[in-house]
Amino acid sequence: MKKVLGSKKAIALFVVPGLILYVGIVFVPVIWSFGYSLFSGTPGLDWRFTGLKNYQKLFLDSRFKTALIVNLKYILYTMLGQVVLGLGLALIFRFGLKRFKNTFRTIAFFPVILPTVAVGQLFAKIYEIQPHYGLLNSLLSNIGLQNLVQPWIGQQSTALPALSVMDIWVSMGFYAVIFYGGLLDISDDVMEAAKIDGCGFWKMFRTIIFPLLRPVTITCLVFSFAGTVKMFESATALTGGGPGNATTSLSMYMYNVAFSYGNVGYGSAIAIVIFLICVIGTRIIRVLDRE
Amino acid sequence: MNKTKKIISSVLLKLVIALVVVIDVYPIVWMFLCALKKPTEFVSKPSYALPEGLYLQNFVDAWTKGNMGTFFLNSLFYTAVALVFIVTFSMTIGFAVTKMEWKMKKFFQSFFLMGLMVPVATALLPLFQIYNKIGLLNTRTCLILTYIAFGLSLSIFLVTGYMRSLPDELLEASVIDGCGIFSMMRYIVVPLMKNAAVTVLVLQFFYKWNDLLFSMTFVSSTNLKTIQTGLLYFEDQFGSKNWGAIFASVTISVAPMLLIYSVLNKKVIEGMVAGAVKG
Repeated sequence: MKKVLGSKKAIALFVVPGLILYVGIVFVPVIWSFGYSLFSGTPGLDWRFTGLKNYQKLFLDSRFKTALIVNLKYILYTMLGQVVLGLGLALIFRFGLKRFKNTFRTIAFFPVILPTVAVGQLFAKIYEIQPHYGLLNSLLSNIGLQNLVQPWIGQQSTALPALSVMDIWVSMGFYAVIFYGGLLDISDDVMEAAKIDGCGFWKMFRTIIFPLLRPVTITCLVFSFAGTVKMFESATALTGGGPGNATTSLSMYMYNVAFSYGNVGYGSAIAIVIFLICVIGTRIIRVLDRE
Repeated sequence: MNKTKKIISSVLLKLVIALVVVIDVYPIVWMFLCALKKPTEFVSKPSYALPEGLYLQNFVDAWTKGNMGTFFLNSLFYTAVALVFIVTFSMTIGFAVTKMEWKMKKFFQSFFLMGLMVPVATALLPLFQIYNKIGLLNTRTCLILTYIAFGLSLSIFLVTGYMRSLPDELLEASVIDGCGIFSMMRYIVVPLMKNAAVTVLVLQFFYKWNDLLFSMTFVSSTNLKTIQTGLLYFEDQFGSKNWGAIFASVTISVAPMLLIYSVLNKKVIEGMVAGAVKG
């Protein structure tokens, strides 16, 4: 037994090829990124060691601040929408439906599987106003709400909420399925007992269901946070960061700084900020859990 | 009084359910319908109108003029090759760090899991420079290697979960029957890990098929682009007026997902959730 499972040759053969790829392509670049952030310019061209200057520069860069605020707002709207609506849907799966439970769940999960860029193109057409009205505007104008017809993704005030709505649409079914799993773990006896004691649905939700769902809620928050902090694909596909910088996230700003303005060093400093926000945010949610 | 209240709330609930179904399904149906419309229909009728007939020219345009055919086959190729390696590596590494006997196995198990924390954006710039330097930029190889490497952490995490529940007695029995390590893998471990393999396959298929950041950064020639990058620049090529062709190409990129989802919807949901509940 020991001879077979302890065979050094087999272990090396099983682990080493994957390990090389993982170290070379995931692990080293992250550390490398930190090294890059201490330089300015593009490697090979005008590449100078500047120490912590890039980090100082972040504090004075108004476009960085805008991107940070856009990114934080997006995290707030989207997380709230995904988790609240996901929970709402899960409650409907669990308590509102007797038949067609699985059908409804399959339908609600369905947008989750669609490719982000395809969804972006689709929603761009839904929000469209020029050259002809998209789905939303033509429905609005048809039911007499002509004054609500507007360039949803073409103006600063609505572009970011419109983007959040798209991402909530995509993933609320996903959170619903996770919450539903949590709801199934709450035993019927507890809820029966509460009903006999005269608990209404809202009271039961506040005093029994929601406290018991806490671990699942934390999982959903962590996952939603990890997804929204990265904010790149959906914004690139729907608005390309515009109008102006209204939907340019940190990742998109990093991309522009490195590839359009050729400052890889400064871009790496932004990449490190994204990494730190990711780690710190996850920690905060975890700490909330322990209290 | 109580009874009417109950009826009202049940009607309200049904309305909410109906609304959710419409909101989830209608945009997709609308997309399919628009893909079948003639260019003139978009101008003469409101967007929600039904198509007049089946105008399949949109799909022909998207597939040939819009290069969707090339992009589609590229995406399929990258995804398929990456998946083969991801499944193989996650099986062998998953087995080695849970069931095999060596000193560093606990260390390597957590080392591979560290990758779960890495935002893709943080690795992007150095990777670009590395690929540039060794001449791999704008090749099929660099995309496939990146896809494999970034698929490992989560897949290994999922596989080790399944591996732990594999009884040691089975492995012992196979050794007594004279199995070496490779025949043990082949006849015992792999057949029993079918579920793990399917979960990894489904989940990683969706991730790789969806990738945008890597493919738009590492690959620039038209004949190497993936379907997601292709879609992104589609409007530049066709002009924003040709809605029919745009909808047709969006439909082409969505179709494989729909196909897999309709056949394996339970597995897909399970796989996605398993992938999410990792923290």
